[in-house]
Amino acid sequence: MNWTQSLRQRFNSRNATRERAEPPRPLFVPNPKIMVRNLNFYYGDFQALYDNNLDIAAHKVTAIIGPSGCGKSTHIRVYNRIFELYRDQRAEGAVYLDGVNILSPEVDVIELRRRIGMIFQKPTPFPMSIFDNVAYGLRLHYRLSKSELEDRVRAALEAAALWDEVKDKLHQSAYALSGGQQQRLVIARALAVEPEVLLMDEPTSAIDPVATARIEDLVESLKERYTIVIVTHNMQQAARISDYTAFFYNGRIVEFGPTEQIFTNPKNKQTEAYITGRFG
Amino acid sequence: MRLKSHRRRLWIDRLVRLFAGFSAVVGIFFLLWILWTVVSRGAAALNLTFFLKGPAPPGVPGGGLGNAVLGTLILTLLATLFGVPLGLLAGIFLSEFGRHHPIGGALRFVVNVLMGVPSIIVGLFVWAWLVVPLGGFSGLAGAVALAVLMVPVVVRTTEDMLRLMPDTLRESVLALGAPRWRMVAILLRGARTGLLTGVLLAVARISGETAPLLFTALNSPYWPRSLLKPMANLTVTIYNYALSPYPNWQQLAWGASLLITLSVLALTLVSRIFLGGRKAP
Repeated sequence: MNWTQSLRQRFNSRNATRERAEPPRPLFVPNPKIMVRNLNFYYGDFQALYDNNLDIAAHKVTAIIGPSGCGKSTHIRVYNRIFELYRDQRAEGAVYLDGVNILSPEVDVIELRRRIGMIFQKPTPFPMSIFDNVAYGLRLHYRLSKSELEDRVRAALEAAALWDEVKDKLHQSAYALSGGQQQRLVIARALAVEPEVLLMDEPTSAIDPVATARIEDLVESLKERYTIVIVTHNMQQAARISDYTAFFYNGRIVEFGPTEQIFTNPKNKQTEAYITGRFG
Repeated sequence: MRLKSHRRRLWIDRLVRLFAGFSAVVGIFFLLWILWTVVSRGAAALNLTFFLKGPAPPGVPGGGLGNAVLGTLILTLLATLFGVPLGLLAGIFLSEFGRHHPIGGALRFVVNVLMGVPSIIVGLFVWAWLVVPLGGFSGLAGAVALAVLMVPVVVRTTEDMLRLMPDTLRESVLALGAPRWRMVAILLRGARTGLLTGVLLAVARISGETAPLLFTALNSPYWPRSLLKPMANLTVTIYNYALSPYPNWQQLAWGASLLITLSVLALTLVSRIFLGGRKAP
């Protein structure tokens, strides 16, 4: 038991830096779920993020906006340490989830990723049935009887507003669904394991406007139970659905604040130029 | 600016089309000729006796090649059992774990070299390391030689098919909190039709091999009884019977040739059906 743990820790710590700081204080919002402190990120020799400091408010929607290549996706890919799949990617600094630095090697990534779910730009159903897709994470993390499993799958599909469309074809391949349905299936799959945070990396940029509207409604309804971070290219979307907005530019967080303030009264000239459509 | 001559381009187009069409016809012509020869000479030999009887003594009419059919099936099955798991695992390593690792690079190089090694050399290798130590020709040695030929084909198709799976799929499995081996399981599932095709093509490739069996399984006039004894097989039988002076043996050799040709054709067709019915991941 001990040697497997130490092996796992060595594996997990490959890209992370040790951080033994005192528990941090909120900087920007009261009662944050996640606090990012002095986060720097590197792709090999290229530095993609510079000294990011950010608070993600619990049970709110935080939007991350900015021009292409400014580090938005890179930033949220640190929260669940998914970047560790790639050998040359490296994060320095600290990301606290409920006060614990998740970049520390003692943190178990499997448990971390159960608590922080992620939705990607392109829908990624697994090559199996609709039911098995949603049940995948449940079977991974929980011991459930068949009826409990069925109940949880149904609840997740209902939460993702997909149940009515798929209830008669649960055992058909997930590839048969449309793009918008696939994206809601992926959301259901992420919700099923009962995460605390949901990271959404441009979740609507690959699907049509009607499906986009459905997913925006969904985000609105999910924030009561989950803390949501959404990366988006679409500024109207950020204005519509988020409570807080962070504006990224060249790997730095230029401005962060309540969405209304960012969109009506930005303090920074670059933010103003971006949201009024003068660049990016 | 002067326009290029339209007429000239038209003629070049016609010429290229003519040559391409001619080459295609020549290729297909020889293929059909081979098929026709094998079918017309071998069809008569493929009857029930062919599959159910062992060979008759020289000069005696009748007899079949049931022992060689069974032997080839056993050899191919054993080779698949040895070769496919090894090739799959090595391919998984190359694609998912050792992509940028020095060991991965070395392994990929070795696999490429192994693909080009003539099969008779693989036969010699197994003869030196298995036949000589075991003290005689054996079906086991034949299966090992065929497995050595299969491994590089399976490794390459496995690596290629897994690499076709998008990184976003890998990420979304891991992002649910799955360990890496589960990610591999999902990728294998997504690539299963491609992987099956690779295995079928590898089987098709070894089912016609003669050289690696010549000094490993050898051949035998008896029904297979032990893996440690020489084992009857179709390809070496074709080689022996076709060179014999007895008309009924020559007839059987044609029948065996037809059987192998049809089997390879069937395997190729089945693998094409799998690939054709493949959905985008």
